[in-house]
Amino acid sequence: MYTASDLRKGLKIQIDGEPYIVTEFDFSKPGKGQALYRTKMRNMITGIQFTQTYRSNDKFERPNLEERKMQFLYAQDDAYHFMDTSSYEQIFLSREQLGDNLNFLVDNMEVEVLFFGERAIDITLPTFVNLEVTVADPWAKGDTSGSDTKPVTVQTGFQLQVPPFVEKGDKIQIDTRTGAYITRVKE
Amino acid sequence: MLSPAGLRLRSDLLQAIRLFFLKRGYIEVDTPLRLPALIPESHLIPFASEGAFLHTSPELCMKRLLANGCDRIFQICHCFRKEERGRLHQAEFTMLEWYHKGWDYFDLMRQCEELIVQVAQSLPSCAGLVEGNGLRWGDALVKLAPPWERLTVAEAFQRYADVAVTKAVRTGSFDEILVTEVEPNLGVDRPVFLYDYPAEQGASLARRKRENPAVAERFELYIAGVELANGFSELVDPLEQRQRFQREIENVHRAGRTAEMPEKLLAELSQVGETAGIALGVDRLCMLLMGHTDIAQTVPLFFEEL
Repeated sequence: MYTASDLRKGLKIQIDGEPYIVTEFDFSKPGKGQALYRTKMRNMITGIQFTQTYRSNDKFERPNLEERKMQFLYAQDDAYHFMDTSSYEQIFLSREQLGDNLNFLVDNMEVEVLFFGERAIDITLPTFVNLEVTVADPWAKGDTSGSDTKPVTVQTGFQLQVPPFVEKGDKIQIDTRTGAYITRVKE
Repeated sequence: MLSPAGLRLRSDLLQAIRLFFLKRGYIEVDTPLRLPALIPESHLIPFASEGAFLHTSPELCMKRLLANGCDRIFQICHCFRKEERGRLHQAEFTMLEWYHKGWDYFDLMRQCEELIVQVAQSLPSCAGLVEGNGLRWGDALVKLAPPWERLTVAEAFQRYADVAVTKAVRTGSFDEILVTEVEPNLGVDRPVFLYDYPAEQGASLARRKRENPAVAERFELYIAGVELANGFSELVDPLEQRQRFQREIENVHRAGRTAEMPEKLLAELSQVGETAGIALGVDRLCMLLMGHTDIAQTVPLFFEEL
């Protein structure tokens, strides 16, 4: 069990049988008054956010959350299939559950799948992934337009800004937390 | 960790406060921090210390000194309140507390105003101060020139909240409405003393107003939405004080903690006589003057750094 005094940004708690993460937190206490724990929470399954003020005697259950390393196999229609490489157990998540993760997800990638009890609810990508550039304007040497980046598209369809020397067919490293270009990768 | 320049500023602030009181005939006192029993207060959780407690404020000891013949005393000391940590809270923090015999809460409001104006004037290099006696904090530009605003709690609720203060007390939402709807508006243009609190609202140590016993003679000072000081006309009737402590002890027990009747204080309380007392958060004052947004930035070292 957690009590209100355990609340802080990033804490995961269970309310009405569902897992929530605290996204904003503020402690306040008027003079001679009671402690108020003002929070903003996100439902980890539905993504719905709400704000709520708690008091010292409020208690919360710990959600049964577990991360397991799994490999992305393939997508069929709306279902994205992952496999536990030690037990060969397979599960799938929907396009909606994966959201922006799809910008960086490619076949055979190893990810952390988050389970709430038996149910897969989210994934965490590796911080850095290497993706192939599929669309890019050629590099015009001596370009004096002054722009120091250009837009390219990678194999997942994701678009980002990169330095002008990156060309179609190159592999580039991207930070999955920000979607930013890091470097060109030689293979 | 506070830089040498920050430490110098904090030191100058402490010396300016001391000078203010010494010039006015106050005695500086340093009472024990570790006490066998505290004033029962259900909203404060003390740290236990080998069969005793670290004090949550110096009030109990200072009132005993008042009963023993002191008439003007001040203290700058550390206080300890478990489970308090936020932008404006640290479990260990520095308090300035002072008492003046023969005064009531209005006299203290005037002196508190004078203290802060003088301290600010003596520290012109503080980052939060702007020319022409102003203080910039966040989006607020607060004019420090007296007189400061005086606003009753009932007026403040009428002005800033959706419900009347009496209804907020009745429905148990007073604290929440005060924090979310009222406080952000307080002291934004100039500092404000919020006063005449509903008698039910904490302050078991404040005297009820003779003309209107539904309110307690208590005030809070707000600057830029930050609550800075709490003062009142002290309750010095031992019988009424015992009844209020008894109710508070029951509240503490309901929360699953222990509390004792402060018998020695009650035995001496009638000798205190008419007195007004006030506690001011030194770290918060330092934060406002330095232009910081978290009191952890104003202390030499904060707990997570240790």
